[in-house]
Amino acid sequence: MFALFENPRLRGGIHAEEHKSETSPLSIATDFPLPKKLYIPVQQHVGKPAEPVVKVGEKVLKGQLLAYSQGTISAPVHAPTSGVIADVKDFPAPHPSALPIRTVVIESDGKEQWAELIVPEDPFQLEPEEICQRVGAAGVVGLGGAVFPSAVKLSLGRKNKIHTLLINAGECEPYLTCDDRLMQERAEQIVAGIRLMLRGMDAPKALVGIEDNKPEAFAAMQAASQSFANIVVAQVPTRYPMGWDRQMLRYLTGQEIPADGRATDIGVVVHNVATAFAVYQAICLGQPLISRVVTVSGAAVAKPRNVEVPIGTLMSEVLAFCGLEKSKMARLVMGGPMMGDALPIAEVPVVKACNGILALSAADIDEPAVQPCIRCSSCVTACPVGLLPLEMASRIKANQLDSAVDLGLKDCISCGSCSYVCPSNIPLVHYFKFASGELVKRQQAEHKSEQTKRLIEDRNERMERARLEAEAEALRAQEARAARLAAAQQAQQAPAEETV
Amino acid sequence: MSNKPISGPHVAATRRVDQIMRLVIIALAPATACGVLLFGWPALYLLAVTVLSAMAFEGLCLKMKGVAAMPYLRDGSAIVTGLLVAMTLPPWAPWWIGVVGSALAIVLGKHVYGGLGQNLFNPAMLARVALLISFPIEMTTWANVSPLLTGPGVIDSLAITFGGLENPDAVTGATTLGWVKTEFSQNRLLPGSLIEYSGLLAFLGWERGSLGETSSVLLLAGGIWLMRQGVIKWHIPVSLLLSIFVMSAVFHTWDSQHYMGPWVHLNSGAVMLVAFFIATDYVTSPNTPLGQVIFGAGCGLLIFVIRSWGGYPEGTGFAILLMNAVTPLIDHYIRPRIYGRYRNGKPLDISNT
Repeated sequence: MFALFENPRLRGGIHAEEHKSETSPLSIATDFPLPKKLYIPVQQHVGKPAEPVVKVGEKVLKGQLLAYSQGTISAPVHAPTSGVIADVKDFPAPHPSALPIRTVVIESDGKEQWAELIVPEDPFQLEPEEICQRVGAAGVVGLGGAVFPSAVKLSLGRKNKIHTLLINAGECEPYLTCDDRLMQERAEQIVAGIRLMLRGMDAPKALVGIEDNKPEAFAAMQAASQSFANIVVAQVPTRYPMGWDRQMLRYLTGQEIPADGRATDIGVVVHNVATAFAVYQAICLGQPLISRVVTVSGAAVAKPRNVEVPIGTLMSEVLAFCGLEKSKMARLVMGGPMMGDALPIAEVPVVKACNGILALSAADIDEPAVQPCIRCSSCVTACPVGLLPLEMASRIKANQLDSAVDLGLKDCISCGSCSYVCPSNIPLVHYFKFASGELVKRQQAEHKSEQTKRLIEDRNERMERARLEAEAEALRAQEARAARLAAAQQAQQAPAEETV
Repeated sequence: MSNKPISGPHVAATRRVDQIMRLVIIALAPATACGVLLFGWPALYLLAVTVLSAMAFEGLCLKMKGVAAMPYLRDGSAIVTGLLVAMTLPPWAPWWIGVVGSALAIVLGKHVYGGLGQNLFNPAMLARVALLISFPIEMTTWANVSPLLTGPGVIDSLAITFGGLENPDAVTGATTLGWVKTEFSQNRLLPGSLIEYSGLLAFLGWERGSLGETSSVLLLAGGIWLMRQGVIKWHIPVSLLLSIFVMSAVFHTWDSQHYMGPWVHLNSGAVMLVAFFIATDYVTSPNTPLGQVIFGAGCGLLIFVIRSWGGYPEGTGFAILLMNAVTPLIDHYIRPRIYGRYRNGKPLDISNT
């Protein structure tokens, strides 16, 4: 009966102004001049930060290991060019706070001298373990934005029985076209990457989902995968957030991932299309992940286009390359305009996660005053998860966080569809992020108070034990004294009796 | 460049509250204009008094609340409320009915609850019901159709609206619903009492009734246009009209002497206005599609019940208020299924997927 009211495979979502035509017809610029200095943060992935292995003053070659992966969920970083290590210091990170993180600074020598690359004779004959190991060593992480170490996902896929590898080529964020261009220009390599991933996971088939606003990319991918029956390229409707892996999976397979589970639980692993290209580079060319394609766009950019830039390039330099008109820029965003982060400064490095640099003008981010909620329920219609954003926001406003959690706060994916459609311009996602932060803070405080309570209890117990022991000791001493006294008295009396 | 940390999205859709209100006003305009054409200058005066006083009360309340009135007055919600109140009044009602109606709607119906978006009941329906109970004579004196050009003139009309009707019996009569109810009380049964009824004229709007409620065709057109504009969704109007249709069809077939047919029901009273413009009020209707269907069907059901067996000939106002009261309950129980979970909130079983 409910099927009457919602397409079970596709729910919610919005259709934002695309702004893709500015960059999608232009080929990827590969003539970006090598910057003098590159800033490579040791943490560009989910998990533990990598540990630097280079010293200041050391000469490094392009592709050489800079910092090694620590622990199971981590990824190494490599030198994007040859040069000298100028510094290992704290440097502002591409994050809304721009707080500094540990960063390796390379002064390039301009020679682009490669380190020795290990290229297998036939990459498709490599053992699955070997593929995972090489992908991990190349520092490949999920390039869709989540930056989860890819090798971990591949091994996870091998351990669980996987029936489908889903390649997410939705690229549903407005403005961004880097995956689109990559597919148009390098489809063969992407398909090679997909085949390697399939081999690495012992998975039988791959499914590539591309939004139908990218017909050229779809055609290119279809042509490239024609001779491989186990790779199916499919079109999906253009509707943000189609690139939410769970949404795409549901649309293409009808399967839904349980709220407390992962894709592997239902036999699926999802990788981004750019990650497939990085896997190809890592295995077939032996090159670690040291550069990526970035969409530079927005009304404040005179020459918007996709640029292949070395990791560690300052965003300000990339923007200058594309003709930034500084006075027009009202907001700088890393990523897409829906889920990207607003950055306070442009002097931060491009990292593996950075798929877009948007210099938005005041007209792009037109922000009228926030008005009261009129309960129009546009947000309910737009939510792809099936939440009630208006109810959650009103609870959070009243500081009833538990009630917001009951309504599904933890299932929110922060896609921003609700804020986008809100006619009252209520920053709903802002509320949800705030509430999630508050919950974490509260959890930590609770944990701390529990710990404190435990320590106090332990101490009291210890003191009590000590007191009891002291008392027992005193009692024993008293008894001993009494016994001694009695014995002495007896001894005194006894001789007396004898003498009598 | 501002350094205020702000989370995405960094772009937004362009439809704002004031634009939504403007579209609603545009959609209501044809039916309102038709009312003015059919009932002449007094209707226009009443309309003006009601809308202006609604804006005045809105401004007053906002001033008492201590906020700048202009941004809120500009969003047009007070105009929509005033317009809806006026459309539900008898077209030749005295001016103070309009003023009291606006006061009830804006002050008691809206600002007492905390202003825009906070009210439990639809302001216009609250005003209509309160007026009907408090001033039954004024609220049931229905002017005959007397078009703008052939009816009372500009000056005479001033006297009607601001001075009161001198000889009401000559220029007023009963609405279809009221007539049928009275005839029942005289033991005269249906096909006979509706002998002069013209379904076509009722559909077009040529009959006695409230200022903006008579023309079913124009209200229907406005409502469909509003749906196409994406301002309202189909769930409430369709379920409301369908439930009235089904109920009246069933009972009419069973006993056509005591129950009016679907055509009479759908084209009489406030059904069309309510279905597209009142029941669909965002604030007082449920949030989910299924909830909206239940809400709409409930409204339709209650309208039919009150009309058929209640003491009042028309039941739309009461039906809406009753269903408004149920809305929080509907919203509590009817929630969308969250991705990856069952309807009860438990995560999906892996084996079942």
